[in-house]
Amino acid sequence: MRITVDMNLCESHGQCVFAAPEVFSFDDEDRLLHDPSPADSLLEKVERAAASCPVRAITVTPGAR
Amino acid sequence: MTVPAELVIVGASLAGLRAAEALRAGGFAGTLTIVGAEPHPPYDRPPLSKQVLTATGPPPDTTLPVRDDLHARWLLGRPAAGLDIEHRTVNLSDGTAVPYDALVITTGAVARSWPGHRPPPHGVLTLRGLDDALRLRGELRPGRRTAVVGGGFLGSEVAAAARARGAHVTLLVAAEQPLLGAVGTEVGAHVAALHRGAGIDLRTGTTVEAFEAERGRLVALRLSDGSRLPADTAVLALGAVPATRWLAGAGLDIRAGIRCDAYLRALRQDGTVAPGVVVAGDVASVPHPLAGGRHLLLGHWTNAAEQGEAAARTLLHPDRPEPFRGVPSFWSDLHGARIRSVGLPALADTVRVVEREPAAGRLEVAYEHQGRLVGALTIGRTARLAAYRQELQRRGNEATGRDRPVPARRGPR
Repeated sequence: MRITVDMNLCESHGQCVFAAPEVFSFDDEDRLLHDPSPADSLLEKVERAAASCPVRAITVTPGAR
Repeated sequence: MTVPAELVIVGASLAGLRAAEALRAGGFAGTLTIVGAEPHPPYDRPPLSKQVLTATGPPPDTTLPVRDDLHARWLLGRPAAGLDIEHRTVNLSDGTAVPYDALVITTGAVARSWPGHRPPPHGVLTLRGLDDALRLRGELRPGRRTAVVGGGFLGSEVAAAARARGAHVTLLVAAEQPLLGAVGTEVGAHVAALHRGAGIDLRTGTTVEAFEAERGRLVALRLSDGSRLPADTAVLALGAVPATRWLAGAGLDIRAGIRCDAYLRALRQDGTVAPGVVVAGDVASVPHPLAGGRHLLLGHWTNAAEQGEAAARTLLHPDRPEPFRGVPSFWSDLHGARIRSVGLPALADTVRVVEREPAAGRLEVAYEHQGRLVGALTIGRTARLAAYRQELQRRGNEATGRDRPVPARRGPR
């Protein structure tokens, strides 16, 4: 799968980090970091992370690399 | 009850939309009707007290995306006026009767109105819906004298937004600090300093006694300290009241929101489950594992989203429902400070400051009740929240017995 995060929208709510800590994390300045192409086995968690983002900054494309 | 064929959702906001999406995603192929009191399609509320007020250009569109494959019938601008549980019918204010096999109630909450006998004059506003926000936005101009009444997050957000628009802002708070009841003295003091640093006249321990009007329009507020505060606009941020008036006489337990069981099934006044009715969002009073099973009303975005999905799950899998065990979380953005919280800070008897660096705009506090973690809040330290949330989730799962069998349904089917 392929993940993109619109950093102009991201407000560091952290909901994606709660939902899929394997993929999303923060640096020391609360800037969001993410793995752009995680293993497909994480798809359900990643989709949950995208749905839990209050500003809908996360786009998930299943299958794509 | 088997999976229903005719499904009605009353309440066209986040919780209702999430319930609809989860029902379709879970394979529900029947008829889906969504009733909304407002004429607007579902929209997001958090920006109403933030970007919608502060944007210098046109206000941002906060409409929530609705998937094409939702295939819902929308009855918008038509408030529900009554519910007949025996005949499984929702009655709308225009006289339409909408029958259902299963019903999801997500009617949310309304702004608490001024408690005085007479309605306040023009120029005194509340903020709950999109129309309220657009009206208030029109009042926030540079130099306007704006009084904001209320010690909660909404009052603080409106005050900050009004100040950002160049208004002269007075924030009136009954307690000794803003946000005191919600998140305690440490965070309250931090936010008080942010308000004052931004040029807001913060008056604590102060309430409004009366409004003064000329030709029906607000000119001043009379305050509890005997002073008179001239104002062009006042915003009442006095909290929210669950929208249950339409349920009067329906037989549900609506003493404080709609009382539910752990699976979000609505309870009747005799404590039995009302057949085919589930509830989610601000209107739902739900037993919470972090509160020792006590019923709580939570008015947060994540709560509405998660309960909407959970209520759908209960309808889709009536024979193996799961108790709702979402960890509450909420946020606020004040004068550029990102306040993020998990758990139930309001339950705390002890607040532990883990880090405090006011110069760097950072704060991390842990909330405990009888020595156990019940919540955490950070400002400029969101990275620290995940560990607290994990602990709270673990505790919630433990308390609801993740693998425990589901108790048999009580009451007639």
